[in-house]
Amino acid sequence: MRRTVFPHKLLPWLLLAPQLAITLIFFYWPAGQAFRQSLLREDAFGLKSTFVGLANFRKVLGDPNYLNSVRVTAVFSVLVAFCAMAIALFLAVQAEKIIRGRGFYRTLMIWPYAVAPAIAGMLWLFMFNPSFGTLAWPLRQLGLYWNPLLDGEQAMTLVVAAATWKQISYNFLFFVAGLQAIPRSLLEAAAIDGASRRHAFWTIAFPLLAPTTFFLLVVNTVYALFDTFGIIHAVTGGGPGKATETLVYKVYNDGFVNLIMGDSAAQSVILMVIVIALTAFQFRFIERRVHYG
Amino acid sequence: MQKTPFWLAGLMALPVAAEAKTEISWWHAMSGANAEVVSKIAGDFNASQEEYEVKPVFKGTYPETLNAGIAAFRAGQAPDIIQVFDVGTGVMMGAQGAIKPVAEVLDEGGYAFDKSQYLPGIVGYYSTPEGDMLSFPYNSSSPILYYNKDIFEKAGLDVDSPPKTWAEVWAAARQIKESGAASCGYTSTWLTWIHTENFAAWNNVSWGTNENGLAGTPELKIDGPLFVKHFQELADLAKEGAFVYGGRTSEAKQNFTSGECGILTESSGGLGDIVKSGMNYGIGQLPYDETAQGAPQNTTPGGASLWVMGGKSDETYKGVAAFFNYLSQTEVQQYLHEQSGYLPVTMAAYEATKASDFYDKNPGRETPILQMMGKQPTENSKGVRAPNLPQLRDIQNEEYEKMLAGQQDAATALKNAAERGNAALKEAVGG
Repeated sequence: MRRTVFPHKLLPWLLLAPQLAITLIFFYWPAGQAFRQSLLREDAFGLKSTFVGLANFRKVLGDPNYLNSVRVTAVFSVLVAFCAMAIALFLAVQAEKIIRGRGFYRTLMIWPYAVAPAIAGMLWLFMFNPSFGTLAWPLRQLGLYWNPLLDGEQAMTLVVAAATWKQISYNFLFFVAGLQAIPRSLLEAAAIDGASRRHAFWTIAFPLLAPTTFFLLVVNTVYALFDTFGIIHAVTGGGPGKATETLVYKVYNDGFVNLIMGDSAAQSVILMVIVIALTAFQFRFIERRVHYG
Repeated sequence: MQKTPFWLAGLMALPVAAEAKTEISWWHAMSGANAEVVSKIAGDFNASQEEYEVKPVFKGTYPETLNAGIAAFRAGQAPDIIQVFDVGTGVMMGAQGAIKPVAEVLDEGGYAFDKSQYLPGIVGYYSTPEGDMLSFPYNSSSPILYYNKDIFEKAGLDVDSPPKTWAEVWAAARQIKESGAASCGYTSTWLTWIHTENFAAWNNVSWGTNENGLAGTPELKIDGPLFVKHFQELADLAKEGAFVYGGRTSEAKQNFTSGECGILTESSGGLGDIVKSGMNYGIGQLPYDETAQGAPQNTTPGGASLWVMGGKSDETYKGVAAFFNYLSQTEVQQYLHEQSGYLPVTMAAYEATKASDFYDKNPGRETPILQMMGKQPTENSKGVRAPNLPQLRDIQNEEYEKMLAGQQDAATALKNAAERGNAALKEAVGG
């Protein structure tokens, strides 16, 4: 790569300034505040505050509800990331086969991405509300006792479905682009050699999609961890019991509903560490296996 | 001749108005029909005098408004008046220094604060144990029973006598379900507020020690035998499908207005939506447990009150005092009561409504007041207070949901709720 050399020292800083300012104000400053708060025990109004060292962290990590939240988050994230990517890949491959009206189908597929998480949540809530949901009724007619208000597993299914549905469009877009970047000649050569379509896909297209898949894995994990707050808030509010209380939702609930600032801050610091570790891990170990071609 | 453009006229009028009047900000959480009541009251007050201008600002739901107020206080930008829901009362009371007691504001503003003018059940809840009023009760409500007359008729129940005791509710709910009049007999909003806090007051059993927390930090007693009996009956009813759970707050109202359930227990403040649905409904008292001694006692207020924030100018406090004085006026309270279904705060307003034909035309609208005023409150029925009531309710909801899903019985659910709640209370007080 060619090195760009700037004539004097100030200009590069000036050019970087807007981005740096945004990062400082919207990331480092709040992160610093969260870190400071995590070492304090304080009332909601900040009238009395005591330095408690790492007591908040000890308390959070020793809380069985927190461990439950870790488990819920793991189940939720793996399910959302896997389902959203698998379904999107399937749809992308199918959309590739269509000759007529391809653009039309693609546009339709992308629509849900424009829906805000809270609205997506409301949509699914209305469809599957046990008493007035349009789709809850047929479920009940099929003999399924559908009640996500009390059944934790059904509630989890519902939030996973809503979160997945919203993310499929994004993944679909990238998979379509990835599939189009695969040289036709490779697939044609495989066809001439007598490979079935399925075989050609798994041995040629899928490995060549690895960079896209890896990128989407990172994006989807982060999405499932953070951007699904609105959906959970609208659909289940973390319930029933604590069946859908993810780590992010617990940070919100403890901080803004229960007003325990110290606990909430300690949880967000832990969350930050988890995300940094997860991203570092993905880049270090999974990216190695990715072939960028 | 050219007319002065509209916007220019506004611009010219602006500085004069801003200089002459002291602005008072009022953050509230009222939406829909209740928001119109807020605007009307503020507008009328502004028109009634020259010195002050009250500016209401909608800040979202109750918890959102409280959070916005707290965040603003921490940033040194607190509003002058903030509406805080009943559950946040303990939080505000713990924040000495952040707030200014309403009794003090009224006294300093030159208005004699006479406690006897106000409904005792409501004012008692918003006062210190010594009797000083800390916040101004703006909208108070009480849980009552609503029933669908058409469903009652179909099920062969008496449409003119709603069930009075819980045993009668269970029986009616089963009859509705078994007769096929509706798929669900009974549902309820707010299992915490109605079936726990008000259940305790109405049946005169202790919710927690220290007068339910009004005289100090409480220790929860919600795993007592009457609670266990009541919740086990509710869980059994749920198992049969005669009780349907709607959610933690007021979601169950939809199960009632949609005609799915025949009976509902809900806040008197929820009346508006039920009227709007156009259904053929009736109102009854909140049911009580006939095995409880002295029941029914009295219910406790829910709803919200107005808090005055600390550290403002004397001029602002004078304005706030004038506004609260205006709010206590009989016609204003009467308007508030008749429009919103919330309770009037002063005796005079209640008497005036009684003297008019409002209660004759709107049967049932007096029920929540009678429930609250029926008897002199005992130490079990003045209300409940805890520095972390939102958290306690959260814990109760989680345990109730596990119980209704059939994962645990009522005794276990209530024991867990009490133990977890007491641990959280200890943490909240120690911290």
